[in-house]
Amino acid sequence: MATLTQPQSAEQLAAVCKTIRRHIINMVGAAKSGHPGGSLSAVELLVSLYFGGQLKHDPKNPEWKDRDRFILSKGHACPVLYAVMAEAGYCPVDKLNTLRQLGSIYQGHPDRRFLPSLEASTGSLGQGLSVALGMGFAARLDKSPSRAYVVLGDGEIQEGQIWEAAMFGAYHKLDNVCAIVDYNKIQLDGWVKDIMGLEPLGDKWRAFGWHVVEFDGHDLAKVDAAFNEARNTKGKPTCLLAHTVKGKGVSFMENNPKWHGVAPNADEIAAALKELA
Amino acid sequence: MTQTKFELKMGGATRAAFGKALVELGRENSNVVVCDADLSKSTNTAGFAKEFPERFFSCGIAEANMVAIGAGLASAGKVAFVSSFSCFVLNKGFEQLRVTAAYPQVPIKVVGTHSGISIGEDGPSQMSIEDIALACSLPGFAVIDPADEVSMKSLVKSAAALPGSVFIRAGRANAPVIYGAEHTFEIGKAIGLTAGNDLTIIAHGLLVAEALRTSMALGAEGVGVRVIDMHTIKPLDEAAIAKAARETGAILVAEEHLVDGGLGVRVAQSVTKSHPCLMDYVGIQNTYAESGSPEAVLDKYGLVARDVTAAARRLLARKRG
Repeated sequence: MATLTQPQSAEQLAAVCKTIRRHIINMVGAAKSGHPGGSLSAVELLVSLYFGGQLKHDPKNPEWKDRDRFILSKGHACPVLYAVMAEAGYCPVDKLNTLRQLGSIYQGHPDRRFLPSLEASTGSLGQGLSVALGMGFAARLDKSPSRAYVVLGDGEIQEGQIWEAAMFGAYHKLDNVCAIVDYNKIQLDGWVKDIMGLEPLGDKWRAFGWHVVEFDGHDLAKVDAAFNEARNTKGKPTCLLAHTVKGKGVSFMENNPKWHGVAPNADEIAAALKELA
Repeated sequence: MTQTKFELKMGGATRAAFGKALVELGRENSNVVVCDADLSKSTNTAGFAKEFPERFFSCGIAEANMVAIGAGLASAGKVAFVSSFSCFVLNKGFEQLRVTAAYPQVPIKVVGTHSGISIGEDGPSQMSIEDIALACSLPGFAVIDPADEVSMKSLVKSAAALPGSVFIRAGRANAPVIYGAEHTFEIGKAIGLTAGNDLTIIAHGLLVAEALRTSMALGAEGVGVRVIDMHTIKPLDEAAIAKAARETGAILVAEEHLVDGGLGVRVAQSVTKSHPCLMDYVGIQNTYAESGSPEAVLDKYGLVARDVTAAARRLLARKRG
């Protein structure tokens, strides 16, 4: 499943998405804790990056200076990142089920001390966009083609630092940075609209000076097109508002706030895997 | 360099020395970058910004974002300095220092200026009296408070070369010059300024000069005071502390910081492991200060030589029993 030079076909990408979803269910199930809902909603976004040719990276050379950077700012969704990185060849697939165990490289939130190919340690919300902008600035100074991608949670962007970073990115015209909001409409306590509504969200990012693309975050062709549009947008950074479904792919988890941070039991694992067969 | 007489001629502020060191670093190393939060004229990063505009990042009044931007630059291989007033970068950026720098072991160079209460007129909202405590609580960080412009310039350069993260504390007010231009400094290595076996005064920053004044005053009475400039508060020079405890039996710590969580606490912790001895502390006592000239504020809150000398006399009396 090489990535750098061989973008996968649509059918292959859809199959990878299913594999990733099965890993997520198995990992969180084995750990008996974790965050399945927000991991499942971001699958197509990460698969398009890592397997669809969007992210310029080389698992055999994770230190490659001109690689694109990826930061999962909503660090609690690390099961999707670990599964994608493992399938891409950064780390072992057969250890995914050690998620959250003492000494595991798959820590409860991304921890680059344990998994050095991670670009950032995250988990405290609101900080990944700033780090990505710093990386984007370094790339500009180095005249490197490297781009920085950062996936944000919708609840996460209630953090004030996100908007400090949004101002910074637009003011400095960091068009090599792409923020992706996994807009699944649910946060821990319930629906985003009932806790601290974000709408009109596209207008907010536009008002901050970002190019905005809104699309169905589960439609791989649209995800691919959005990343292309981001790359081709010059003079300003791009924010992709990916409309997604929390728990996507497992019927009983979809659009149910319960599955933000609860692990499936044995019966639920079996039922989920059947749907993802 | 132990000696008995110090002229303590007034020099520049340590923040100005920081600014000069940054410009020199910028010339020596094209990898050095600087972030500032709308205070570059005050922090003195403006000189760097003028000479290297492409390597200077104006972050606006948004310290949390600035710290994480710095961490991103450092992650990508830059020697990243982030600077603001000490109280703003440490308090508003603390969570970011913790999560984007300390915990992932990303080396960032944080310089907080206008520290302590000697900022004076601007008052407590701009004063930083807890920055040492906060910075020392970040695993892996070195914490440095140079006493004068000579040591500041040298230690900023050492900090840039250090593989890890650093917090450097700088002052707004002019500071007396203690060191000759040729003096060398090493992060983590305390400097014994005077010899003496009756009492040790360990100080950092502005209080080093006050400790020297006390040493000279008591020396005239035949009391031997050993003054140690503990410019690096973390990692602590525990060998120098143990030696002072053994040889003088009494240690007074003087600092422009809350007594809670400052150098005094760290020295006390150290001597309990090596050679417990009599101790006392000169610092800010469980309060915030107020507006006034730097001299008046330092005087009112007990941070001048008079206070150090009085505390030293009390400690000497305890020692004599």
